[in-house]
Amino acid sequence: MSIYLNKDSKIIVQGITGGMGAKHTTLMLQSGSNIVGGVNARKAGTTVELDGKELPVYGTVEEAMRETGADVSVAFVPPAFTKDACIEAIDAGIGLLVVITEGVPVQDTAEVWSYLQGRSTRMIGPNCPGIITPGESLAGITPHTIAGTGPIGLVSKSGTLTYQMMYELKDFGFSTAIGIGGDPIVGTTHIDALAAFEADPDTKAIVMIGEIGGDAEERAAAYIKDNVTKPVVGYVAGFTAPEGKTMGHAGAIVSGSSGTAAAKQEALEAVGVKVGKTPSETAALMREILQGL
Amino acid sequence: MEFQAKELFAKHGVATTLGVVVETAEAAKAAAEQIGGVTVVKAQVKAGGRGKAGGVKLAKTPDEAFEHATNILALEIKGLPVNRVLITPATPPEEEYYFSFLLDRANRQYLCIASVEGGVEIEEVAKTNPDAVKQIPIDPGTGVDEAKAREIATEAKFPEAVFEQAVAMIESLYRVFVEEDATLVEVNPLARLAGDKLEALDGKVSLDENASEVRHPDHEAFEIKDETDPLEAKAKEKGLNYVKLDGAVGIIGNGAGLVMSTLDVVAYAGEVHGGVKPANFLDIGGGANAQVMADGLDVILGDEQVRSVFVNVFGGITACDEVANGIKGALEILGDAATKPLVVRLDGNNVDKGRAILDELNHPLVTQVPTMDGAADKAAELANNA
Repeated sequence: MSIYLNKDSKIIVQGITGGMGAKHTTLMLQSGSNIVGGVNARKAGTTVELDGKELPVYGTVEEAMRETGADVSVAFVPPAFTKDACIEAIDAGIGLLVVITEGVPVQDTAEVWSYLQGRSTRMIGPNCPGIITPGESLAGITPHTIAGTGPIGLVSKSGTLTYQMMYELKDFGFSTAIGIGGDPIVGTTHIDALAAFEADPDTKAIVMIGEIGGDAEERAAAYIKDNVTKPVVGYVAGFTAPEGKTMGHAGAIVSGSSGTAAAKQEALEAVGVKVGKTPSETAALMREILQGL
Repeated sequence: MEFQAKELFAKHGVATTLGVVVETAEAAKAAAEQIGGVTVVKAQVKAGGRGKAGGVKLAKTPDEAFEHATNILALEIKGLPVNRVLITPATPPEEEYYFSFLLDRANRQYLCIASVEGGVEIEEVAKTNPDAVKQIPIDPGTGVDEAKAREIATEAKFPEAVFEQAVAMIESLYRVFVEEDATLVEVNPLARLAGDKLEALDGKVSLDENASEVRHPDHEAFEIKDETDPLEAKAKEKGLNYVKLDGAVGIIGNGAGLVMSTLDVVAYAGEVHGGVKPANFLDIGGGANAQVMADGLDVILGDEQVRSVFVNVFGGITACDEVANGIKGALEILGDAATKPLVVRLDGNNVDKGRAILDELNHPLVTQVPTMDGAADKAAELANNA
């Protein structure tokens, strides 16, 4: 078991013919993902060969889904066109839409989020590494070689901290690791992932990685208090970030006294989540928990 | 800054008075003469509380404008030097209101905040009389049309005499918000002047950098060169994601989350090494080739406060041998310009090859430490002893 993504997932790639799209489709294929095709309106009817596999290119997501039975789309589309690509995928009724693109205007994401209400698509991202269920499927750019399958569920705003944490805990392994993205508005939140991990019988414990900006971690803490019975270990990045400066991720900004790392740590600890001071210490906390289970 | 916000207001038809922006007291005097009558001299800095800091003064004569401008241009407001003042005609408001549109991250929509009871003191009003501050959610899918603007104006209880003007202004302000891709458009105070004329007396606009990059090349003009940190300006020129901080350990890493985490870990390590702190945030992303590494090191070594540098890379997609070759190449490019000790922590993809390249290089400035916490400790120690 896993969350959102498993060995039966059939994946298409929006922007498969671009540099990023082609490179990461190859890596996804190498990880064992079932990639069934790609979408590019200008190259409809052609094929691309990646990692020795001939993949059909369709004109629209709707056509790709009809022809292949795809239920997951991974979008590597330039930021100016991401909104349209998302709306196309949502209109086609894709089950899971993973938006890797960094630099999407936040109002575009806000419009996509509004459009998505009452429709059947789950969106992950934008500005995220995507999702991996080790040993089964990868929809995104997380290196599949870092860690194998195991009892830990991981949800993080940051890509490299996801990789770092998977590496530190590779001897235990992961049920699913999901990078929700570092933008001010994202489609899947810490809370969504926590709820899914809580319901997933193969996830025994959860690592939650947050960073400065917004109040997603504080909300997640409130959610954990009332709804999560599995052990959760937390990490928050950005204690040394100055007020009013964007730290790499568009959403990583302390505004006035809100969005600070200290407030997030406090909120998590108040509901019994152990929070590590460094990624290694966080991994050690998780290790202790797993050894006690 | 206020004068830039007003330019955007005017562009989208929001009633406002632009005034004249000047950088010297002489020019302030000339502007006051040109405007005539009583004027206001206002400090232009990216900070609130300018009035309380003595940055806003009424001038009855051009000579008074000269005097106030002299004083205000010598001020620092919240640590920011005042390099320019705005001269506007003094238009005493009969009533002051507050109005804003902003991005509501938590609810993934937009929010309109309006109050007809108090403009500049809005935070006080929110505390003492929260019912007077209306919060109206805006669906990004449908936005604000005339009907929605009427709904907002009604809910905010704009007085009859200025109601129609308020509706028009709300529509115009929403155009500023969406057409300029803002994350905040604030008018404070929104003033009711003599003759029931509604006008944006002061304002603030925050723009979404992603959107400016994608579809607003004209937004670059809002960046004021003399207000930007020179190292940040240099980094930006080279396409680096850099934020200057106030510390002694220069930081280079890959991935925004990992770099933020690196700053924290260095600060913790500094607690036992004389209180040294991280000097900067620098994310070189996935492309850690020699030129990017050299550019990054060049910016960091240009920071006089830096006494050691910590290169922290986790090879996910990036291969550690590429990073090691990047460091090697960067040291060759920089030559004698590389003067500070470098602590390197490589881990992840192709780590053995990466570490072997640096071992073989055997550069006197480079120390390898295998763990992030250990490397942070070493970098802090070197900065403290330098």
